[in-house]
Amino acid sequence: MSVAPNSGNYSRRTLIALMEDKPGVLGRVVNLFRRRNYNIESLSVGHSETPGISRMTVVVYGNDAVIEQVAKQLYKIVNVTKVSDISTEAAVFRELALLKVHATSATRAEIKQLADIFRARIIDVYPESMILEITGTEDKVDSLINMLRPFGIKELARTGRVAMVRGAGGVGGSGGSH
Amino acid sequence: MSMRLNGAQILWECLVREGVEVVFGITGGSIMPVYHELPNYPVRHVTVRHEQAAAHAADGYARATGRVGVCMATSGPGATNLVTGLATAQMDSSPVVAITGQVASTVLGTDFFQEVDTTGITMPIVKHSYLITDVRQLATAVKEAFYLANSGRPGVVLLDITRDVQLAETEFDYPSSVNLPGYKPHLHGNVRQIRQAAEMINQAKQPVIIAGRGVIIARAEDELLALVEKAQIPVVTTLLGKSAIPETHPLCLGMGGMHGEAYANHAMQSADLIVGIGTRFDDRLTSTASTFAPAAKIIHIDVDPAEIGKRVRVDLPIVGDALNVLRQLVPLVQPATHPEWLARIEEWRADTRKRDILWRNTTELVPQYVVRQIWEATRGQAIMVSDVGQNQMWEAQYYLHQRRRGLITSGGLGTMGFALPAAMGVAIGCPDALVWVVAGDGGFQMTVQELATVVQEKLPIKISILNNGYLGMVRQWQEFFFKRNYSGTPILGPDFAKLAEAYGIPGITVKEKSQVVEAIQRALAIEGPVLIDFQIEREHNVFPMVPVGQPIDKMIRRPLES
Repeated sequence: MSVAPNSGNYSRRTLIALMEDKPGVLGRVVNLFRRRNYNIESLSVGHSETPGISRMTVVVYGNDAVIEQVAKQLYKIVNVTKVSDISTEAAVFRELALLKVHATSATRAEIKQLADIFRARIIDVYPESMILEITGTEDKVDSLINMLRPFGIKELARTGRVAMVRGAGGVGGSGGSH
Repeated sequence: MSMRLNGAQILWECLVREGVEVVFGITGGSIMPVYHELPNYPVRHVTVRHEQAAAHAADGYARATGRVGVCMATSGPGATNLVTGLATAQMDSSPVVAITGQVASTVLGTDFFQEVDTTGITMPIVKHSYLITDVRQLATAVKEAFYLANSGRPGVVLLDITRDVQLAETEFDYPSSVNLPGYKPHLHGNVRQIRQAAEMINQAKQPVIIAGRGVIIARAEDELLALVEKAQIPVVTTLLGKSAIPETHPLCLGMGGMHGEAYANHAMQSADLIVGIGTRFDDRLTSTASTFAPAAKIIHIDVDPAEIGKRVRVDLPIVGDALNVLRQLVPLVQPATHPEWLARIEEWRADTRKRDILWRNTTELVPQYVVRQIWEATRGQAIMVSDVGQNQMWEAQYYLHQRRRGLITSGGLGTMGFALPAAMGVAIGCPDALVWVVAGDGGFQMTVQELATVVQEKLPIKISILNNGYLGMVRQWQEFFFKRNYSGTPILGPDFAKLAEAYGIPGITVKEKSQVVEAIQRALAIEGPVLIDFQIEREHNVFPMVPVGQPIDKMIRRPLES
């Protein structure tokens, strides 16, 4: 095996990190990304299947060497228990977005039609607006946003990517069953 | 058996159990309860004159002994003053535990008097840190702090303890073990990779070992020497790797890199195999990474996996403690002689010898001569504590360390003002050693207030100032790369001998080459601290010198005598 800095193609890569759910841990992670000048596209954190352990999905733009450094530096944080690069694995990637779209009686039907095509849900309707919820890959979310932009997007909230490897194995190393 | 104690008492109980013999610090509002309990515990406390010095002293103690150094400060300015010292220690993997007082948890976050976000400010410069707001967390945090500081790749751990925690009572039980699920240092190298390394070493025609501070931290000096002698492999050291091998050893090429010896740099650039042990291939060693050792395969042995492949391409990584890895590696390596390779290195070395200023018939007071005379007088056995800049490079080039852990210096961060306070920690940690500071007049003035601490604590430190009235290294760069525009570099100093006398330290001024030997002998004859102000040639340069961005064999060499 040969490790060489500054080589290879840049692409979006997905890392999963498991970390102890303790005060300041997220701060340490974010601080690391800032201080080492890593290019983070999205980051989402929440509870994992194990009580006391949080799971973070981070999308990093980099080449092999950069991603390897990110993973190693993350693992050096004492509270981080596991780091996996799942970029090359069969995995599902999902993002959730909420969109508040300008909608009048004239456009409501057309927006609903678009929502149906994208399997987005309409979760709130007001005379001047409606809120749509969509779950899917970033590309799918991007597409819906593009289609809705002409109607006027008043607010947009995206969660960033969450990811999971397909099959029985997992990033926890225990096979994932309880 | 548990006892009911308050947080301050628990802290000292923990420190005593961790074998802490000395704490460097300054008291203040938010740490007063801890200081109130101090007289009840068998721990020496050194009150420094500025918290930066407390961190440097703890760092110096840690580097010289291998044990954890401890410093202490109050909240706010006390904590921020520690920062430079903590960054210095962390950058050079020095095991330090810093304890800071914090405002009470009830007012935390309200911009209270002397409140600062200490754990936030220090986050990028520590291995780990704790903000303790509940006295029941304290003992476990201290236990973990000491374990983290001095295991794996050592570093700085900070304990920020709120004032109410110091006063609150709880049952005290010192944990016997730590539970850190996310912290598992890789101490044992992969056997298959070690076997492969031996094969690569056995096949190499022009191998070079680069020994870094990791060898010293792991106490692997014997194993390094065994490898070097068995396979007759020349050794280049990093600045912080100096004293990993006795520097008069024929296979020791001294320091490499930006101000490394020419023969060391030529050896690395011509090598067909580099074995880096406990080094992070820092930019001062390799210059631009892509130009480093172009013909060599690189084996990298390091306890920190994140260092592998960070700066230079690595053909064979071995993650592990240098001692463990070398113990497994040495028996697999075949005896070798490499006569042609070593002969070539000797040619380069002979060329360097011709250029050495020490051979010149000059009456000038040059710093190389001063350092070499200190070396002669101390037979290479002193613990040298150098500052940063030209003085540091002259020390590194002209003091051939015979004693293990014989050089204490700020490598990674390059902290001017490090030497005097660090030497205080060294003197306390190694009371039988001869401790000698080499500093410039610039760096020395950054922490000069610690002369008072030296006297108060009766520390027999020999202080030599290579005084040229400049921030000399920067002036040298200005001379070469900024059209001799000496902007901001000329500095006025006091009469250092008189200043020393004002503190109660004998001061000696040396203006002539002929006075050097006598001054050093006088300093050695005095039992306590001494200061010698060597007023050297003002615009003397450090050679060789690799201009930034150039490969390390493209040096500005020492001039040949014309």
